[in-house]
Amino acid sequence: MAEFLLHVNGAPLHVNAPADESLLSVLRNRLHLTGPKYGCGEGQCGACTVLLDGEATRSCLVAVGSVANAKIVTIEGLEQNGKLSAVQQAFLDEGAFQCGYCTSGMILSATSLLQRTHKPTEQQIVEAMDGNLCRCGTYPRIVAAIQRAAQSMPAKGASR
Amino acid sequence: MSLHDQSSPEFARGSYHEASRSVQLDRRDFLKVLGGGVLVCLTPTSAWTQESGRTFGGHELPKDVSAWLHIAAVGKVTVFTGKVEVGQNIRTSLAQQVAEELRVPFDSITMVMGDTDLTPWDMGTFGSRTTPTMGPQLRTMAAAARETLVQMAAQRWQVDAATLTAADGKVTDSKQSRSLTYGELTRGEKLVKIVSSEERLTPVTDWKIAGTAVPKVGGRDFVTGAHKFPSDMVLPEMRFGAVLRPDGFNATLASLDTSAAEKLHGVQVVRDGDFVGVVAPDAYTAQHALSAIQAKWNVPAQPSNEGLYEYLKNNPESSGEESPQHVAGSVTQAIASADLQLENQYTVAYIAHAPLEPRAAVATWADGRLTVWTGTQRPFGVRDELVQAFHLPAAQVRVIHPDMGSGYGGKHTGEAAIEAARLSKAAGKPVKVIWTRQEEFTWAYLRPAGLIEIKAGARRDGTLVAWEHHNYNSGPAAIGTPYDVANQIIQYHPARSPLRQGSYRGLAATANHFARESHMDALAHAAGLDPLAFRLKNISDTRLRAVLQAAAEKFGWGREKSTPGRGFGMACGTDKGGYIATCAEVGIDPASRKVRIRRIVEAWESGAIVNPDGLRNQVMGAIVQSIGGALFEQILFANGRILNPHFAQYRLPRFSDVPRIEVVLLERKDIPSAGAGETGIVGLAPAVANAIFAATGTRLRSMPMAPLHKEQHASSAQFHS
Ligand code: FES
Ligand code: FES
Repeated sequence: MAEFLLHVNGAPLHVNAPADESLLSVLRNRLHLTGPKYGCGEGQCGACTVLLDGEATRSCLVAVGSVANAKIVTIEGLEQNGKLSAVQQAFLDEGAFQCGYCTSGMILSATSLLQRTHKPTEQQIVEAMDGNLCRCGTYPRIVAAIQRAAQSMPAKGASR
Repeated sequence: MSLHDQSSPEFARGSYHEASRSVQLDRRDFLKVLGGGVLVCLTPTSAWTQESGRTFGGHELPKDVSAWLHIAAVGKVTVFTGKVEVGQNIRTSLAQQVAEELRVPFDSITMVMGDTDLTPWDMGTFGSRTTPTMGPQLRTMAAAARETLVQMAAQRWQVDAATLTAADGKVTDSKQSRSLTYGELTRGEKLVKIVSSEERLTPVTDWKIAGTAVPKVGGRDFVTGAHKFPSDMVLPEMRFGAVLRPDGFNATLASLDTSAAEKLHGVQVVRDGDFVGVVAPDAYTAQHALSAIQAKWNVPAQPSNEGLYEYLKNNPESSGEESPQHVAGSVTQAIASADLQLENQYTVAYIAHAPLEPRAAVATWADGRLTVWTGTQRPFGVRDELVQAFHLPAAQVRVIHPDMGSGYGGKHTGEAAIEAARLSKAAGKPVKVIWTRQEEFTWAYLRPAGLIEIKAGARRDGTLVAWEHHNYNSGPAAIGTPYDVANQIIQYHPARSPLRQGSYRGLAATANHFARESHMDALAHAAGLDPLAFRLKNISDTRLRAVLQAAAEKFGWGREKSTPGRGFGMACGTDKGGYIATCAEVGIDPASRKVRIRRIVEAWESGAIVNPDGLRNQVMGAIVQSIGGALFEQILFANGRILNPHFAQYRLPRFSDVPRIEVVLLERKDIPSAGAGETGIVGLAPAVANAIFAATGTRLRSMPMAPLHKEQHASSAQFHS
């Protein structure tokens, strides 16, 4: 056990955890941020995706000891002053989920994609999102939601 | 037709559906829980209707109630049903139907679902039963509630109820230009109304809220992460549990050393026979403790994939009880005299549901009473499992279902609930258990594998004359042919499955459609007829004809001929009141034999549409899910072990597998709504098989058709003929 200072959703948080515990486990079980989900623990499904310095990252594969200096954003950190992010809003508008278990990871992967590529082609969306599983099969709506979000975002990608 | 459809092979032999109706309604004090207002209960026993209008203190309510609805003094409506929301959107579609009949705004309705203390007993959420059964039941109650409110207003104003109208949460007397809100009417009342299913329902053609694309209830919570799934539940003082798994199925414990695990800080090892589990202060330590346990298991020799289908054919279920055989005319004679005869075998592999949220439960004991939050399609079934496991009266067990990360027929059982309860009992603290992905692949149950043998005969002009269809192990769902055939033998043969098997979205309808529709395609080619023309020639069911023609038209069937690189195929069928036709275009690289599904058009009709957006989402999802079973999903096993229990080895459909999909919804407002969560899954596999044949001349008769090899990770799958 060691104490770590994490930067999560803009706030400094102290947490006691073994250095090799996964970031996913720490977020969910020690910090009670249950937005990131466990789907496989092996980097294969994307349900656990968070942003690490803006990059979509599988939190199940990252040891908490290695992220002390990074800025971590979970799904809980996207909404600002009661306003959904463009990607969240687009998922809601397209109804891009069924059970919703994959949604948090999908939204963070899409957020990261749109930060890199403001107007992705369908092919770019598919490539960027292929590591995220939706067992309910809502992929076509998720693609539509990402396109919608891309449309609605300011050209400079200032929106998070 | 005498074939009976069993909703779940695993439970088919038991009479579990009647297992418990032990909810003691009279023990609930509705006054306390609901605080007055109007309570409407629905019972199929019409005797109760005579007694409607009683006040609720003290006396016994009917035991056989399927749902209830409460209108509080402020006009808020709460509906209680034992059904569960798992992504199929019934929390929304059921509320729409209540709002419609009750004439209230949609958002004044709260659905309380799948809580064994609060909701009436329910068999479970499967078999596409919610829309055709719970829908009309809730509508009936809501209509009765509305009538009651109108009566109450009539009494208060001393006017004839027929002169009053109910709309927008109010009863209005337009003659006197006065109105009372439902809240004003129910204030101070304590009224129970018991109804049976004889109310007059609003005709579908008059629907204003039902039938529209109301967005998913609570949708915002899914995009903000606020929604709490079963695995997100947290209780004060909660501990984390994990269970030691055997090295294989049917294994027995040979030796066990838990000393290292016990030395870990805060860890408790729980042992009860061959059950070994750990409880730890955090999830990390629980897994750590588990891996510190040294155990040796004796695993008996068991069957493997190799020779599975012969095994299923040669190992009938030992009860000796064959399923009923459907016979019409004489198949033997008709085949002997047919111009065309065709006989073949088809197989489907075991596949896993792989819900993205694995089994999860949080259990807590207080004063001998057990409460479990868990993800299951059968909260009352899980309660019964707990009652048995812990020898408790049913009233001492409560199962609560937070809307879960889906199930697809895979979460009928309560394994994690029992494990959490067991560990919690030993620890004296609440305990959470979440299965790992590997546990979910290994210790849950699977969609049955199966062998299907079909023999058919047709006249030269394409008229079907004989059809013989035997299904070994996979199941009887949609086994009956929807085509007009005078001579038939159709039979399901239950087998002793070497792996644990159970329900799955669509059950055996996928396997039976794959075999039947592939065989029909082969017959069409043998007869030299276009597959569409051949089907239409043999279908008199107008609903099936309608979807087939709609799909063909949208797809542009017949506009282009298949080439070696590009094939077109179709399939159609019906199950559980849903009608479906699917057209597929596949692309094939002639050199590598890699196949890619390029386009799917699916036409769907399931009577009146309750929510077109939800329906589209379900049909689309079913199409996407079916890509996996059609092309690459299969469980590999040997000697009591699953060989591919990880997503890296068991490929699920991903973004890159998804073709262009067009869903054509046909609506029949004159036909009661059927459930739509399942049958959308049955058309893709045969349509794709038929398209591959059209392109290559190779008939693929085994699902998956293009299993992936270890090294393959491309989105396109290769098939081997
Ligand atoms: S849980 Fe991290 S990728 Fe699946
Ligand atoms: S919505 Fe259920 S897994 Fe994506």
